[in-house]
Amino acid sequence: MLLEVNNLNVYYENIHAIKDLSISVKEGETVCLIGANGAGKTTTLQSISGLIPKRSGEVSFSGEDITKMKPHKITRSGVAQVPEGRRVFTNLSVLDNLRLGSFAISDSIENKQKEIEKIYARFPILKERSNQRAGTLSGGEQQMLAIGRALMSRPKLLLLDEPSMGLSPIYVQKIFEVIRALHDDGVTILLVEQNANIALSVADRAYVLETGKIVKSGSSQELLDDPDVKVAYLGA
Amino acid sequence: MNFLLQLLNGLQIGSIYALVALGYTMVYGIALLINFAHGEIIMIGAYTVVFSIQLIFAGTDIPYVFAIIPTVIICTLVGMLIERLAYKPLRNSPRISNLITAIGVSLLLQNTMMKVFGAQSRSVPKIFDHKPIEVFGANISISTIVTIVVTLVLTISLQIFMKKTKYGKAMVATSEDYGAASLVGINVDSTLTLTFAIGSALAGVASLLYVSSYPQAAPLMGSMLGIKAFTAAVVGGIGLIPGAVLGGLILGILEALTKAFISSRLSDAIVFGLLILVLLIRPGGLLGEDHKEKV
Repeated sequence: MLLEVNNLNVYYENIHAIKDLSISVKEGETVCLIGANGAGKTTTLQSISGLIPKRSGEVSFSGEDITKMKPHKITRSGVAQVPEGRRVFTNLSVLDNLRLGSFAISDSIENKQKEIEKIYARFPILKERSNQRAGTLSGGEQQMLAIGRALMSRPKLLLLDEPSMGLSPIYVQKIFEVIRALHDDGVTILLVEQNANIALSVADRAYVLETGKIVKSGSSQELLDDPDVKVAYLGA
Repeated sequence: MNFLLQLLNGLQIGSIYALVALGYTMVYGIALLINFAHGEIIMIGAYTVVFSIQLIFAGTDIPYVFAIIPTVIICTLVGMLIERLAYKPLRNSPRISNLITAIGVSLLLQNTMMKVFGAQSRSVPKIFDHKPIEVFGANISISTIVTIVVTLVLTISLQIFMKKTKYGKAMVATSEDYGAASLVGINVDSTLTLTFAIGSALAGVASLLYVSSYPQAAPLMGSMLGIKAFTAAVVGGIGLIPGAVLGGLILGILEALTKAFISSRLSDAIVFGLLILVLLIRPGGLLGEDHKEKV
């Protein structure tokens, strides 16, 4: 297992937000966490990446215990997160945002430049906007930048938090084409998404989260065929 | 001629305000904290100048200006220590707790120095003992020229550091979003410490430049200087590096000109009155956008 979360519990003050959650992601897999607004999807991702403290439970990544690690150390160990709401650095240029994406990794300037070229090849619009302030980009472009920034650290695991949120249908399509392409390139992905239809179309497996608990899991096909999931999440 | 001289005097004290204002503005931009103890760094710097000259340089051939080395080191260390001990534990507390703590640290430093070294001021030996230079019939002291040039060089270097280097950009990123910064692998704690270190190092330089023209060190000397520099940062647009410099220079020049041509006793009242006027018209400061705060 590349990522293993065991019996994770997270609290906001007295609110028990995540209850004994256990999930795992194998190398090369795209796994998706679906659930309604407020089910705890973002909380789960943020506590894996260290932004939110865990009350109890263990998280291990690549065989290493990262439960108590600080977020910047977790990033350095190979987990990159594309946060909800994109959170690009609006006052910095597109190029600087990408450069900061590789802040943590020690690599030659040439290799980092190659990585930037790869990202520009994947997202040609970012190359056009290279010297523009990130704050001037559209929501969809910012989402691409946020993904590009995360890829700059050449992560072993990519955490994607609500990549479709607030985007026009065309951009949602584009972003999910990219996720599919990343999956085909062998990038391991843990995806959190409210739009269950599109999420299940790219994922190998999925977990269903309800009020902080995993209530169902299985292959994407199994969940797409599940009558309860159909009614609750697929609008069928 | 007198006007030119006063203008240069204003530029000189304004440069010192600017250097101190840079510390306020950087810390505010990144930590959203008004570090009221920043003025006390100047005071500690001034004492370091006095004691390093007395204990190390006196009786040697080393020029006193080399007191800048221990001064910058001590100021930087004290600034970093204040951040680690006083502000870091309050990182997630309401901003009012930080504010009260900042005032507390300021009083603590003033009173500790008063207890240890006494309330009376100590005189600082002459640091630049060259003759004044004559320009257009006006005698300009070396310390005036050094102060203006050093401030210019440091400001430009700081701006290059922020815009061009990896760590400068990491500071800008951190000022925008701690969470997103840590997700790209930036150590937010060390970035904040670095911010305090740079601000305090600049204050160390400012303290040597200050005592080279106003040769006294006293426990309370930092408070008025600190308030003026803080005002300069706000008038220029707090959080903005060019704003701190602009604010500092404007404050210094206004002060020198009112002292020379209107009234030296009323100068603070007149200068601060004008600055209040500026803030009434532009609440975000001269270079600041309204409701936007950043480095």
